[in-house]
Amino acid sequence: MQKLINWIDERLPIVDAWEKHLSKYYAPKNFNFWYFFGSLALVVLVNQLLTGIWLTMSYVPTAEGAFASVEYIMRDVEFGWLIRYLHSTGASAFFVVVYLHMFRGLMYGSYQKPRELIWIFGMTIYLVLMAEAFLGYLLPWGQMSYWGAQVIVSLFGAIPVVGEDLAQWIRGDYLISGITLNRFFALHVIALPIVLIGLVVLHILALHEVGSNNPDGVDIKKNKDENGVPRDGIPFHPYYTVHDIVGLVVFLFVFCVVVFYFPEMGGYFIEKPNFEPANPLKTPDHIAPVWYFTPFYAMLRAVTYPLFGVDAKFWGVVVMGAGIAILFVLPWLDKSPVRSIRYKGMLSKIWLAIFVVSFVILGVCGALPADAQPSWLAPLCTALYFAYFLLMPLYTKMESTKPVPERVTH
Amino acid sequence: MKENDVNQSRRRFLVGATSVVGAAGAVGAAVPFVASWNPSAKAKAAGAPVKVDISKLQTGQRITVEWRGKPVWLIKRTPDMLEELREADDLVSDPQSEVPQQPAYATNETRSIKNDVVVLVGICTHLGCSPQYLPEVIPDETVGGFYCPCHGSKFDLAGRVFKGVPAPTNLVVPPHMYLDDTNLIIGVDEESA
Repeated sequence: MQKLINWIDERLPIVDAWEKHLSKYYAPKNFNFWYFFGSLALVVLVNQLLTGIWLTMSYVPTAEGAFASVEYIMRDVEFGWLIRYLHSTGASAFFVVVYLHMFRGLMYGSYQKPRELIWIFGMTIYLVLMAEAFLGYLLPWGQMSYWGAQVIVSLFGAIPVVGEDLAQWIRGDYLISGITLNRFFALHVIALPIVLIGLVVLHILALHEVGSNNPDGVDIKKNKDENGVPRDGIPFHPYYTVHDIVGLVVFLFVFCVVVFYFPEMGGYFIEKPNFEPANPLKTPDHIAPVWYFTPFYAMLRAVTYPLFGVDAKFWGVVVMGAGIAILFVLPWLDKSPVRSIRYKGMLSKIWLAIFVVSFVILGVCGALPADAQPSWLAPLCTALYFAYFLLMPLYTKMESTKPVPERVTH
Repeated sequence: MKENDVNQSRRRFLVGATSVVGAAGAVGAAVPFVASWNPSAKAKAAGAPVKVDISKLQTGQRITVEWRGKPVWLIKRTPDMLEELREADDLVSDPQSEVPQQPAYATNETRSIKNDVVVLVGICTHLGCSPQYLPEVIPDETVGGFYCPCHGSKFDLAGRVFKGVPAPTNLVVPPHMYLDDTNLIIGVDEESA
């Protein structure tokens, strides 16, 4: 065995890579609950790739065949129902773990210098993931697939001058049709997964270059022993690999309960109108995106008046785009001398709480019909969402911070 | 010539010139990929505008043509029918056609280019059934119009939706224009042509 390893290592630096990324990658020893979600996201990605490849073996990407082929997978393909539910539940689970992973970053200042690039790669992953989820949602060719895509693609039509042509270019037809389904399929199963995997590699490489942050926001590389090993660091393997397996077991337990007992999750993971084939002549009563898009959908709808002679819909698109874009510049908005929320002042804590609450309320607003909620609620929460970011340079500078300890605490 | 005697400015020029030519090549190579996303010839043919000759359309009569898979109605309204539109103003929920369900040139009292001839997409704005044409009178009302048998939505003879029915908006007026007095084309108008 050792001979084989040596033979390969002389030709490909596998030992070096193993040490750099696992056995001699020193991660802070004070990781808590919030540090499970990065590795869980990786597991969900593998689940999506594996089940996705298997689904393509029985799926027919045409307007005539798509809906029937999904039913064929559900009824006639052996374990097809399981593979499909793993994929559809995996999509929602992906967003659950990614949202928690992002919240961890916000809480412990993991985006701050020198981890700006990690954050930007991460946000790009989030963006691509949203595109991937949107494209994939058209493929079952149900009513909500069809009308959801119709609504989102028509958003591009709101852009002045070029909008209509752009929307038509995306559809490849005058309405969402089999042509659109074909290209969404190609992008969903080939183009975006390749981009996603590349970004995940960059995200991890950038992380391993500067090292992981921790709940205290202490730089463990400042305190090394005589061998150059951080005193507060422990090798990722075996300590965190084993540690993460515990989190994985708990996660898979919850995940399997959903897959086996609540795969539709009351219409939030698989929406009810999607059990009816797409019909371009029949609009569903209430078109709502899947839950993970609802906060941004609520922002889109929150803008209801035209400005500068341009449609309100366009400004809604601008606000929604800005809601995502502003996350990218977060590392430069936080002027605090400390990273972790543990040592930041009261203002940061209050604003983070406001941000989380308004994001959740926006999520609820986006899932409900426009007339089933107070009309001021979504605009207010949209304003608070942006205020968290735009006021950050002020409140992080104003507030007094607590002293950061020399070593990590636990 | 000495080994380190490099002509830096010439090197910069060559690198720059190669990059510019290379970038132009990349843009050129992108053209087929971008253009292949446009509607194909087949899609264009299927979605092509439809020409209609209305010279034989009698007053009060309706003809139906198909455009992009949807039924499109053309109705030549009688003066009485146009009179009924005024009567219906109080019965419909959007009498001024404020919701953009029609091109600008059809945002008027009769929702049409010519007063008498109206062009409508014959699909109920509720759930996409095709309403019936009842030129005399629609159930429980005093005027003629369209009645959707699925959920009872009612529209007047300009396709304006009645109050208190499930359909939320007026019937859609597709883009259209007159080629001459009796020929019109559905699917294009002066703005898009």
